[in-house]
Amino acid sequence: MTTYYSKDHEWISVDGDIATVGITNYAQEQLGDVVFVELPDTGKTVSQGDEAAVVESVKAASEVYAPLDGEIVETNGILADEPAKVNEDPEGAAWFVKMKLSNPDQLSELLDEAGYKAFIADL
Amino acid sequence: MAEPADTQNLSLTPLNDLHVELGGRMVPFAGYSMPVQYPSGIMTEHQHTRDHAGLFDVSHMGQAWLIGPDHETTARALEALVPSNMVELARGKQRYTVLLNDEGGIVDDLMVTRPLAEDRDGQLFIVVNASRKDVDYALLREKLPESVRLELVEDRALIALQGPEAVAVVAAHAPAVSELGFMEADFMEFDGIACHISRSGYTGEDGVEMSVPAGAAEAIAKALLADERVKPIGLGARDSLRLEAGLCLYGHDLDETTSPVEGSITFAMQKRRREEGGFPGAARIQKELAEGTSRIRVGFRLDGKAPAREGAEIRLGDGTVIGTVTSGGFAPTLGAPIAMGYVDAAHSEIGTKVNLVVRNRELPAEVAAMPFVQQRYYRKPKN
Repeated sequence: MTTYYSKDHEWISVDGDIATVGITNYAQEQLGDVVFVELPDTGKTVSQGDEAAVVESVKAASEVYAPLDGEIVETNGILADEPAKVNEDPEGAAWFVKMKLSNPDQLSELLDEAGYKAFIADL
Repeated sequence: MAEPADTQNLSLTPLNDLHVELGGRMVPFAGYSMPVQYPSGIMTEHQHTRDHAGLFDVSHMGQAWLIGPDHETTARALEALVPSNMVELARGKQRYTVLLNDEGGIVDDLMVTRPLAEDRDGQLFIVVNASRKDVDYALLREKLPESVRLELVEDRALIALQGPEAVAVVAAHAPAVSELGFMEADFMEFDGIACHISRSGYTGEDGVEMSVPAGAAEAIAKALLADERVKPIGLGARDSLRLEAGLCLYGHDLDETTSPVEGSITFAMQKRRREEGGFPGAARIQKELAEGTSRIRVGFRLDGKAPAREGAEIRLGDGTVIGTVTSGGFAPTLGAPIAMGYVDAAHSEIGTKVNLVVRNRELPAEVAAMPFVQQRYYRKPKN
């Protein structure tokens, strides 16, 4: 299992052709207290850059974009009842969706952990 | 996901260093660099203010004096621009009002205080919104008679301490604060520093707003923060607190097109002014008072967990569009989303079922009474 990162502050953990996607700790810190997460329907096909989810914090709504092309095969039901999990465990229990990748070549466009750390250090 | 923090050309308040020291996340707001939140986060800050005492830097707001020869002259001059009774405002009392344009639209909402001290007869202290300072001051300069002048206060900070424990905290430094009733104000010393303190605020809680010398602002803020009941609160929680209290944010819930009747703030219009008129747009506003308006500001409670924010369309069940949300978000005290907005008056009754449209989805909601959270202003015991 390899974990990648996007410049939109998502983490993507890949196992075969299934990618688990969530937002990074940096992202949840920027958003503040999360009060609602809107997730896509399973079965939905998304393209890289499409709006895939919305995170509502106390102060604003923020879109989460699909980091890769694929089909949504599972969403995290925990977030409906416990949106604050996104603040508590963003890179673990508070994953957003699992996607079946249709274009795994796109993984090469993503950052690795060191690359992402360097990226946020410059923000 | 991060908002670009263009902090260039922004004004800094006298508490800027303290905000940074406290870990405040600074954002541009009305031309100022202001803390939107501190490390504990908006939810915690919000709840702390409801339970204890929250410290707010509101130094970006405009402070000014209207100075005329006697109270009657100054009050009449202001009454020509606002629909509230200023002539009969008693010494030491504060009142909420609005500056009006000739069409009866709201130019700004503001607080007006008549000083208690007799040697300040003829003076009124005003506090206006940061985003409207230039517009308000230009309007006042243009419209005030020669006998009444506008004097800006630019060497003082404004610090609010809000919450059920706020007055007790301030009283340890300025004992005279305990004598103030809600919407009363006076000059008093805070640890020997001359301040002007009013018992009022923007959270629905008991509390004070303190106009203090800019050079002493940090020392005063630190003295307050040294009390364990006090935590610093950013603009994020300020917004969620005022929304729960049903209070308007200028530029969102009120603007130059909305009248006080449409804005549901007719409490700012005392009987004599309603009857006599004599303020800008009086013909429109008096007609609205008598006959009602076509649109009116109301509150909403949403059934689900997803918030509806400013700009969301308001529809009836059959799809008819009846208005727009002007403020909305999550109410930490209620653990649920709330909103306010303008609707066709025919559908403004409490309990009316509506849908708020968010990302092309209809969120069920109903028109609800405001404030959403019980206001807990201090009421002086009657003698």
